[in-house]
Order: sequence, then structure tokens, then C-alpha cells
Amino acid sequence: MSDIKRRNFLKATAGVAAGAALGTGSALFPASAAAQQVTFTPEKGAKLRVLRWSRFVQGDIDQYMVNVKKFSAKYGIEVRVDNEGWEDVRPKAAVAANVGAGPDIILSTNDDANLYPDKLVDVTDVCTYLDKKYGGFYPVCDPYLRPDGKKWIGVPLGVAGVCLVYRDSHMKAAGFDKFPRDTDGLLKLCKALKEKGTPSGFALGNATGDANTWCNWLVWAFGGALVDKSNKVVIDSPETVKALEYAKELYPTFAPGTLSWLDPNNNKAFLDGQISLTNNGISIYYAAKNSADPKVKEIAADIQHANMPIGPIGRPTEFQLFFNQLIFKYTKYPKAAKEYLRFMMEADQMNPWVEASIGYVTPALRAYEKNPIWTSDPKNTPYRDSMKNMVPSGYAGKMGYASAGALADFIVVNMVAEAASGSKTPKEAAERAQKRAERYYKV
Amino acid sequence: MTVIAKPSSALSRALDDRTVLGLLFMVPAAALLLLFLTYPLGLGTYLGFTDAKIGRAGEWVGLENYKFLWSDAVTRLALFNTLFYTAVASVIKFVLGLWLALLLNKHLPLKSFFRAIVLLPFIVPTALSAIAFWWIYDSQFSIISWALMRMGLIHQYIDFLGNPWHARFSTIAANIWRGVPFVAITLLAGLQTISPSYYEAASLDGATPWQQFRHVTLPLLTPIIAVVMTFSVLFTFTDFQLIYVLTRGGPLNATHLMATLSFQRAIPGGNLGEGAAIATAMVPFLLAAIMVSYFGLQRRAWQQGGTDR
Repeated sequence: MSDIKRRNFLKATAGVAAGAALGTGSALFPASAAAQQVTFTPEKGAKLRVLRWSRFVQGDIDQYMVNVKKFSAKYGIEVRVDNEGWEDVRPKAAVAANVGAGPDIILSTNDDANLYPDKLVDVTDVCTYLDKKYGGFYPVCDPYLRPDGKKWIGVPLGVAGVCLVYRDSHMKAAGFDKFPRDTDGLLKLCKALKEKGTPSGFALGNATGDANTWCNWLVWAFGGALVDKSNKVVIDSPETVKALEYAKELYPTFAPGTLSWLDPNNNKAFLDGQISLTNNGISIYYAAKNSADPKVKEIAADIQHANMPIGPIGRPTEFQLFFNQLIFKYTKYPKAAKEYLRFMMEADQMNPWVEASIGYVTPALRAYEKNPIWTSDPKNTPYRDSMKNMVPSGYAGKMGYASAGALADFIVVNMVAEAASGSKTPKEAAERAQKRAERYYKV
Repeated sequence: MTVIAKPSSALSRALDDRTVLGLLFMVPAAALLLLFLTYPLGLGTYLGFTDAKIGRAGEWVGLENYKFLWSDAVTRLALFNTLFYTAVASVIKFVLGLWLALLLNKHLPLKSFFRAIVLLPFIVPTALSAIAFWWIYDSQFSIISWALMRMGLIHQYIDFLGNPWHARFSTIAANIWRGVPFVAITLLAGLQTISPSYYEAASLDGATPWQQFRHVTLPLLTPIIAVVMTFSVLFTFTDFQLIYVLTRGGPLNATHLMATLSFQRAIPGGNLGEGAAIATAMVPFLLAAIMVSYFGLQRRAWQQGGTDR
């Protein structure tokens, strides 16, 4: 499966699709029949151990285990699945890679694969097959799992999408008919919401999920970036300063206390009706929808979602938690592992899983945009586009220890928080971030 | 027979030797200490001199990690936070603990009930009490803010964890709540070892309660104080769970302690070497704390009511 062939194929199908009609289902792709021939015969007596991040929503793990059972029944392969909090999977995976022993397959997050690319099984065959059959992986998967543009070192699973969650009636009361599409509009909306006593709130504490996603989005939306293409630290730039000035104007419109907010705070405050706009996964909506409390149920009816607005740079710059699936070279059963990942990514398993996860995970393959979960409830739709609108971790440079370290050390979050709260001027905050980041990217 | 008996008799002779036997009995303890204490400590110190990442063995870089940490504003801030946190919390814990111990040493009704209940904060796992404090300090749901609002004393929720200085004092308060019982109960044990006859003699000499406390209680309590405060300072200096649950080191890194920063850099951040260096940098401070209490408070003359020369 050479790269050239794949490109030709894409060109050809693009032509066909354009010629016929836009929006035809992926099942109509002529090559899918040929692609189906790719199978990986599992080794005899194979057993698999899988380590994955523990569920954010109960339906996820329930359906995942149903799929695992289907796999075991079909191939007679015993699969053991262990769960760990997603932040704990990273060190475990790194140690497993280094020691050369551990789970055969690890579902991990963000830039992990780039920390030990040479310890991972080449899964180009699996990915090429899936790519052809399911309308292609989103381009944002490349920097994560195909760093050289040719060889896949892991199978992309998807992202936990983050969108803006807001109260429709409060937005309307603040004088907006439609949710603003750009950063200027967002600022105006936040100011109006504050005036009406229904403020917004965005986490500015050391919140691994919520703070990282919106702070990185903000810097990118204004054209700033931690590093350039050659991994040179360029965060101290006029664009970053503009973004920080924006943050400084936005901050007074927040509910009090956002500097202390960790990941759960905005969920709690939103469900209690204390804030009317925040950034989050789909979990707030589902918590509200499934609540027994009639007051909270009312909030659910009022909740709407919107994609993160577009900044002066003119294109979406969302940042999401990326999930990858890695097979380690030390495994005794690489073929069984490949077959497992192929099996789990197939529509028969993936579609029910995406539905059971109530849209918490946006799959990495375009064909799953057609999953009914995204349209059965129109409120889910923005989460469908989370991968499409995404900018990769460590943008605009290459991923590795430096990007992972800089993210974990909250360099961007601290910078935005310092500037927003006024404890430093935007310029000072950017200079400080520059210094801190340079350490990770060792000048 | 004789050929076989010879070595066994050498063995039994060796086992009869008290020194050999003593050393032999110490082997299990020594092995445990070496394996679980000396080895990790040594490894941690070694890692601090390398650029090891998680999952990748590092190379020796000498003092580079320490050089960087000295120039790193966040680490310096964490050092300041740790010293401030330890100093303030330890002093208050000592004063409150001593006061509580003196009260509990009096003949109160339901004495044993009170003594038992005082220990509660110490018994509850830190992670749990930290979560309780997290709610107490919540910027939207704080019970304190709510109560004060209802009483009309404040007009806006208190931003316990959102302002750097508020956050420092809030975390210190939580640490004190947790640490006082340990100090109090240990000092109470110390108080009970003081023979009542000293107090009788003192009161016969016409000593005021303050004089009794100053010249009888305090000197006789110093060995216990030295031990309890050493432990208290060590626990506070190395605190981790409380901060990690309450703030994760925020806001603006104002509550990052050396321990939490070390973890953040080493495990989620992957910079094992740097994290180890931060952890190792705590050792001199801990040693200093031990030295101060050991040499400072264990003075014979002071304990016998005299003054040092």
C-alpha cells in the first residue's frame, strides 16, 4: 500500500464523488470492496491485554465491553481490558514502551505516540484500509500518528470534543438571536451576559482539560503559537499579545473565581444556573438531560452548543483531547492486535459505541459524521465537527517530549491567566511564557 | 560423620556469638530499608543529575537541572510558597496544638470522649477531607460564603482559591485543621508524663499558673515538642494531596509546593530528571529542620530549668 496509490485513489474518488453527487455514503466508494480483503489472521493461541482511559460516560465502557466480547467470540481470543484515569495512562504507557513489557494495546492521549515512535508497531496497513473504507482520517490525525506523512504508528480513535455550552434563553435575553461566529461577537455576548447578571465562566486554574482547550484555542485564534514549524519558540509575538489583550477584556465578564477553577467547576456552576456560557464536552448537557431534578431538566431544554468562534486568523482553531490506539512492539501477537483495532473501528462496532458514548467521542474517520447521534438531537451537531475544526497539540511544530511537557506545565494557561487577571501585562506574560517554553524546547 | 559435623559446628559456634547473631537478626530490617528507602532515595538523587524522561533513560547532565531550577521563576515561587506554607502552618499548629493539649489535660467532663473526637481530622484520609475543603472553598458553592451572605455580612462570595494570597491562606487553614490533632494528642501524651509532684511543689512555692507553665511544663515538654514539631514540619513541607485536590498549584502557581511541582514536572510533564531534582532540593531543607529541632530543643540545661551558656 504505497502512499502514491492512496493519493491516486483519493483523487479518483474525489472526482467520482463530485461528478455523481455530494454526500453519497462511504459504502458506495468503489474501492471499498477491494479494501475489504485486508485481514490480519491472529496468531494461534493469542491473548490480548488492553489498557484504556476510563470512561467519561458510562455508556462508553458498557458498549466497548460488548464489542470486546464480540471480538472474543468471533476469534476465540481472550481480551483483558484495564481502565485507568486518562492522565495516568501516559506515564504507564511510557514506562511500558521503555521496559518492553505491558499491555499489548494502549489507548492513550495527545502526543504520546511521538514520545516513543520506534517502540510502536507500524499499523499503516490497518490505517490505509480504514482510511479507504470510511471516507478518510481527518488531516489533524497526521501530526499525531503519521509524523513522517507515510507510516502510521497508531490508529487514531477520535477526540473528546469541546464546544461552547450556553443557555439559549439567556443569550436571547442579552440581545443575540444567533450565537456569534467570531471572537469579537463572543466578547460582545459575554459583556451583554454579564450586564444581564447571567455571566460566562471559563476555567483559568490548572485544569488539564477545560483550561488547556480554551486557552490554546484563544492564542491560535489570534495567530499566535507556542512554536513555529521548526520548533522554535515564538509565543512572545504581537499576535499572542493581541490574544492576551482580548483575554484581559473578556475576564471581567466571567463569574467570580475562575482563576481557581479546575475541570469540574464550570460543570457545577453551569448546572446550578450560576453561569450561562462555558466551554466543555457534551457532559454538561447529558448530566442535565438525565437529571431527576426538574429544575436541572429545564436547563437541559435551554442548553445549546456552538463551535468555538473563529478569530482574526479566519479559520477554526479548536483544541481537543486526542485519543490514539497504540500497539507496542513487544507484543507477542501483533496480528491479533491489528485485527482487534480493525474490528473495533468497523462500522458494526464503532457506530453503536459512538451512540452509547452519547457523542462524547468524535471519531477520527469522516464516515462517522453520518452517525445518527449527531443529528437525532440537533444539540449534538457541533460536536460532530470537533475533529474537522481542530488544531493539533504542539502547533505549529512537531510533537514530542517538548510539546507534551509544555502542555503539562500549563505554560499557555498560566500565560492567559496572568494576562487576564492583570497580575502581569500581556507583554510580560508572553515574555514569561517564552522563557518557560524555551526550556522545554531547549534553545 | 565427623567430616559433615565440622562445618555445622563452625556454624553453630558462629550462631552462639552474640555479635554475629545480632547482625543476622538485623539483616531483614536492613534489607527492607535498603530496598525500599535507600535505593529509591539514591535513585531519585541520581535521576536529579540526569535528563531522564519517563520511559527514556537519561544521560548525566551534572548540575544543569539545578541551574535551570534556580533560574526558573515557577520553581522559585514554589520554594517561597513551601517555606511560607510550612512556617505559618507549623507555628499555628504548634500554638493551637499546645493549647488544645493543655485544655484536654484538665479534668473535663467527658474527657475521653473529647480526646477521641479531637483525633477525627487526623483519621479522615487527607484526600477526603481535601474534597470537603474543596467544596467549602468553592467559588460558587462555598458554605462559608453562603452563610455570611445570609447573615448579611458580605455582599459577594469570597474568592477563597482564586486570589493568590487568599488561596495560600485557605490551603494553610485546611492544613492546620488536619495537623492540629496530631500535635495536640502527642503533646497531651507528653503532658501526662510530667509528675504532678512538680506542680505541687511549684504551687507550694507560690508559683503562678504562668510560672508553672513556663518553668515546669515547658522545659519538661521540650523533648516531645522537638519530636512532634520535627514531624509536623516534615509533613507540612512535603504536603501534596491537599494542594493537589484543592488547587493543583493554581491560581497562577501561587500554591504550588515543591512536592506538587515535582510531580507535575516529572509525571504528567514527563521530565523525570527535573522532577527528581526538585524533590532532591527539598532534602537540605528537611535536614535543616531536623537539625534545628534536634540540636536546638534537645538541650539538657534548658530542660532542667537552667539557661544555656
